[in-house]
Formats: sequence, structure tokens, C-alpha cells
Amino acid sequence: MNGLWDAILGLGDQLAAHVLLSASAIALGIIVALPLAVWASRSPAVSRASLSFASLVQTIPALALLALFFPILLSLRAVFGEGLPTLGFLPALLALALYALLPILRNAVTAQANLDPGVIEAAHGVGMSFRQRLLLVEAPLSAPFIMAGIRTAAVWTIGAATLATTIGQKSLGDPIFAGLQTQNWVLVLAGCIASAGLAILADSLLGTIERGFRERRRPLWLGGLAAVLLGVGAAFFAQFGGDDEDRVVIGAKGFSEQYILARLIGQRLEAEGFEVEYRDGLGSAVAHSAAASGEIDIYVDYTGTIWTNQMKRTENPPREQMYREIAEWEDANTGMEVLGRLGFENAYGLAMQRETATFGEFNSIVDVAQRGQGMVIGGDPEFFERPEWIAVRDAYGLRFAGQRNFSPTFMYNALRSGEADIIGAYTSDGRIVADKLVILDDPLGAFPNYDAVLLLSPQASRDEALKAALMPLIDAIDVEAMREANYSVDREEDKLSFDEAARLLAERAGL
Amino acid sequence: MTQRNGSYLSFDNVSRRFGAVTAVDGVSLGIAKGEFVALVGASGSGKSTLLKMVNRLIDPSGGNVDLGRQNVEDIEVSALRRRIGYVFQSIGLFPHMNVGQNIAIGPRLSGTSLSPDRIGELLSLVELEPDMTSRMPDELSGGQRQRVGVARALANDPELLLMDEPFGALDPVTRDALGERVLALHREFGLTTVMVTHDMAEALLLAERVLVMDAGRIVADETPAALVAGEGGEIAQALVAVPRHQAERLAELSR
Repeated sequence: MNGLWDAILGLGDQLAAHVLLSASAIALGIIVALPLAVWASRSPAVSRASLSFASLVQTIPALALLALFFPILLSLRAVFGEGLPTLGFLPALLALALYALLPILRNAVTAQANLDPGVIEAAHGVGMSFRQRLLLVEAPLSAPFIMAGIRTAAVWTIGAATLATTIGQKSLGDPIFAGLQTQNWVLVLAGCIASAGLAILADSLLGTIERGFRERRRPLWLGGLAAVLLGVGAAFFAQFGGDDEDRVVIGAKGFSEQYILARLIGQRLEAEGFEVEYRDGLGSAVAHSAAASGEIDIYVDYTGTIWTNQMKRTENPPREQMYREIAEWEDANTGMEVLGRLGFENAYGLAMQRETATFGEFNSIVDVAQRGQGMVIGGDPEFFERPEWIAVRDAYGLRFAGQRNFSPTFMYNALRSGEADIIGAYTSDGRIVADKLVILDDPLGAFPNYDAVLLLSPQASRDEALKAALMPLIDAIDVEAMREANYSVDREEDKLSFDEAARLLAERAGL
Repeated sequence: MTQRNGSYLSFDNVSRRFGAVTAVDGVSLGIAKGEFVALVGASGSGKSTLLKMVNRLIDPSGGNVDLGRQNVEDIEVSALRRRIGYVFQSIGLFPHMNVGQNIAIGPRLSGTSLSPDRIGELLSLVELEPDMTSRMPDELSGGQRQRVGVARALANDPELLLMDEPFGALDPVTRDALGERVLALHREFGLTTVMVTHDMAEALLLAERVLVMDAGRIVADETPAALVAGEGGEIAQALVAVPRHQAERLAELSR
């Protein structure tokens, strides 16, 4: 229980970011919904159109809506210029505001439609102008209903904002996704408790305002409003109080090794006097473009991933040549600098349980292609979409009885429980040794190299002090040290936190 | 028809159609300053529509409505309505304002505030205690609410009072008392009053001139005495027959 308490207390930064994101999204939702509701009350066509649109948005899964804003904003760069952020706060804000729209709009429209016609006739009869009718009659009489809509929107938004983590916006989703990744349920629970607690608090404060409006008790709604503003203000100060202009933003994709390496880099930089923050849980493509656009300053990627996914290359050159070409390509196309290789490789490979492999005499992928048609293959959600996999599949003519997606952690459990017979594994994963797995030989060399490389955003590549602080990491980490660190957070018992694992790795690497 | 020249409120060939339905069909009419006119007719005869074209809650499809020789469409609509007292059946007190704020709303819209004394005075005009001012509408009886409605209509010192079935929802005793009160105020302030009602007895007892409407036209324009004497034609007489019959029954009972 102490661990849970510590985990919750450690979420201050995420909590502040979560409050700011949710409050901004709800505020934007209100700013859009209220004028729309006034317009809708004067035009049935507008009422129908806006409510159908808001309902339609609501049917899109929140995660998909968040993800969709990346390409939308990317295409809008044609209009607003290259400075338009495509990840992080802006897309999260827009998606959540769209989500908040429906309950506010629906309640506002319903409140207007349900106003006593006698009262409206009286407002006309005494000679109120449009503005006077709105401010003196319609707004005060609709306020409690609109407030109820805002309450619903707030609870939804605070819940959905945890998903903003996936598009690189800090939120209370950070511990949830990190915990899910490593089966660290204390972390998941801490994130859930914090986000649920925040939702309950917001609901009760907004409920106080609603009651104040309904009972026409000014001190009540003024008090509630003051408490809400105070909370948002405190979050704002916590986020922007310090000068964060100089902060170095370290990105990490959504698996254990990335979280650990990000902390390793962060700890080094902090020791050198830099201020750092983390953007965890990014998708592969998201991380690369986030660094290219400067939203993150540093992250670790893998040569094969860049080669196939960003450069769209299919051939498989020798290690040194691939590295050189990648460095040149990044310099020419994104302005990013490949600072160097960390010293280990995290390749994709096909892995089986040692016993099964020995028993069935599966030694290389060729054997699987010949005799493995009855097997079920498991992979992480990205795996089967990756060009590397497609290249391997086609090179060997692989065919399976079934194909299943697992989150990386659950994939190993699936292999153990027999839900999958063979998996697309990572060679630096600590569980390969721990779970007694074998990586099948790749005689055709169809899987490319996956040397871990340190990438710097165009801005960060001009910071000599930063580069000097990072240089000791180059060629410092061997695959055994990485596996051990990965296993220390992935194992089921006695898990280390990412920070602890990073310190362990630093020690093993002699840093 | 009454002479329209010199009229304070006049209708010149006024029509109003709602889709295929003609609610008001070419009405021409003049009302002199200080008159108390009742508009009587069955439901759907167009009497409320005709009334609402005066304060432009409804605009005519054709023809002109003039108030004090000025076409009402040439007067800014909020300004026009603030010059006219308007009382209607559902009263429409603002539920979030107390009695005093409801009464003072008209002057407030024009940027002046009513003194507590003036609000107390308006309350006593409609026979309510001045300390009612801080009560909320939902604490009042139906009759008290409509009294506040009348006080609100008088707050801007209007010359013209429009009433659309003002006492329709009240019990008979309250209705009678409030009718008498409005008549007294009409005389005291020299108001011009137009009252829509479906109750011929109310019209005969309060108004000095009764207009009977049927299918969007005015079919009779008589004094109460003339109507009781049998003038005004068939439709008017059918309406007069109801209270006359009631009066005869009551007379028989007391014999």
C-alpha cells in the first residue's frame, strides 16, 4: 500500500497537466457550444445539424479521435505553417473539446426549448432586445441545465484525457499506460485513482455551482466557481510557474526498454544540471515526427525501424552502410542528428519456447515455413503492419493458422499459456532468457539490423553542452545489461521502477 | 365603422395569413384615445392576432397599423413595446426575479430604475401590499400574479394598454374584482385599452365599445347597450344570448 501511496504522490506533474488539459478542453467546448445553442434556439435547422454532428463525434472512439488529429493537423500545416504542433497539447485539446461539445450543447438546447413560452412572450412584450432577452431571461433560467451538461462533459473529459498520453501529451494516463506496459498494477491503480478522484472532485464542485444557480444562491455558485478557478490556476502555476523553456524533453515509445533508456538519459542530463521532462508511450511514427518537429528533443530509435518505416527501404545492406545512410537521410530530410549507437541491438526475431522448438526441431525460420502452417503467431499491435514483417513473411513464404495481437507484455504470457506458438519478439528482451525462449535463425537475413541509436531534434543538435552530456552513452550499453534492466521491470515479482532500472543500467554500463 | 380620421389607433385593411390560413382578413378600424374596446369572438376568430399586430408580436401580411398617426413598423420594435402596456393570460412573470424586479423591468430596460416608493405605489394601484415587493412569483396566488402583471404593464406610464384574455385563468371572484380594478385604472390614467376576451359578459360589463370578430373579419361594432338591445347581427347576438340566458335563469331563481 505504501508503494501505491508513493505512486499517487509522485503524480503531481501529471495531475497538473491533466487538470489544465481537461479544463481547457471543457472551456473550449463551452465557448463553442453556447453560441451554437443560442443560434440553434432561433433556427431548427441549426439545432438539428449541430446536435447530429456532436452525436456523430461522440460515436467515434476517443482514442481514434485523438489519433485522427495528427494527420488533420499535419495537413493544416499547409495553411498555418510548419510551426503548427501536430502532437501533444493541441490535438488532445481539440479532440477532447469536440468530445465535451455534445453534453453541453444538448443540455443548452434542451434548456432553451423548455423555457416557459409565457416568460418568452413577456420578454418580448416588455420590449427586451435580443441581448437583453438572452442575458436577463434565457441565460439565468437555462444556467442550471447548462451547468448539468458541463458537469457531464467534465467527467467524460477527465476520463478520456488519460488517452492523451498516446499522442504525446502528459496526463494521468502516463502511469496507466506505463503500468499496463510492464504489468505494474500499482502504477495503473495510482493513475486510475488520481483520475477518478479528480473527476469526482470536479463533479462535486460543478454540482455546487449548479445547485447555486438552481436555488439562486449567489454565494454558493460564486464559491464553487472560485474553487474551480483556484484549482485550475494552481495547475497552471505548477505547469508554467518555473521557466520550462530550457527543459529538455525526452521521448519514449511504449515499451519498457524505451522507458528505461529515457530515464537513463534524463538522469544523466539532470546530473549535468539540465532540467528534463518525459513524453512517454509514443507510437513509433509519432515519436519520429515529434522529434523532427522539435516537440521532443531526444529519443532512442532503432536503425531497422527508421530504414523501413521512415525511409521506406526494402533492401538489407550491411550494418555500417545502413547506419551511415540513415544518418545522411535524417540530416537531409528531417534535420535530426543521429548522435551515435548505444551499443546494443534490439532486433525483431521470431521466438519459440525452447522445449517446443527442440521437440519439433525448429531451428530456423526455414523450418517454420516448411512445417509451421498449423501454428498461431502472436505479435505486438504494430508488428503485423510493419514492412519488416511483411518482408520476412514474403522472403520465407510464411503461413500460419492464425495471427493474434498482444501488448508486448502479454505476448510472453500468451506463449507460455499456449495462446500463441511463436511470437515476434525483441532480442534485447530480458524475458527471452528468463522464459527459456529461442530466437530462430534468419538464414536469409530478412530482418534488418536494429541498432539502438540516439536521435536529436534539429534544435537539440545545435546544443553542444547537451551533446557533450550525452556522448558517454554512445557505445556504452551491451545487450546483456539492457536485457537485465528490461527484465527488472518486466518480471512478475519484485519489479523495479523505471528510475531504479535506469540506475541499475547506468551502474552496469559503468556510467 | 367608426370614423378613422383622428383615431389614436387605426388599422387600415390589415391582413395576416399563417400558411394557407387567413387569421385576419382585411380589417379596417379606428380606436379613439381613451376608449375601452373589447374584441370578442370564438377561438380562432383572429382577435388575438389582430391585437398582437399592434405591439408587433406579430407583423401583418398586408395593410398598416398606425399608432398616433405613425406606422408601428416605423417605430423601433423595443421602443414601441416599451410604450405599450401588455397583459396576457399566462402572465409571464420572470420566475428568477422578485415582484419588485418584475414590475421594474420595463424602466430597467430603458436604463432607469424605479424607486421602492414607486414600486409600492404601483402595487397599491393593483390592491397589493407594498411589502410584496420582495416575494418571488412562485409564492403568489394566480390572482396576485396577474395583479403584478398589470402593475408591470403600468410601470412605464403607457398610454395604450393591450390585454389578451387577461383574466382567463382566474377564478370568478378574482376575475370580477381585477376587471373592475383595471376599469378604474383605465379611467384614472386616461388609458386607451384594447381587451381580447371570449367572454361576452366581461366585454359588455367593462368595455364601452364591443367588436365582434368571426373568421378574421369584424362582424359587429356596437356599444354594450346596443348589443343587449339586439343590434349587431346574428353572430354577435349568438354570443350575447349566453349571458342573457344566464341572467334570465338567475332572475327566475330569485323570484
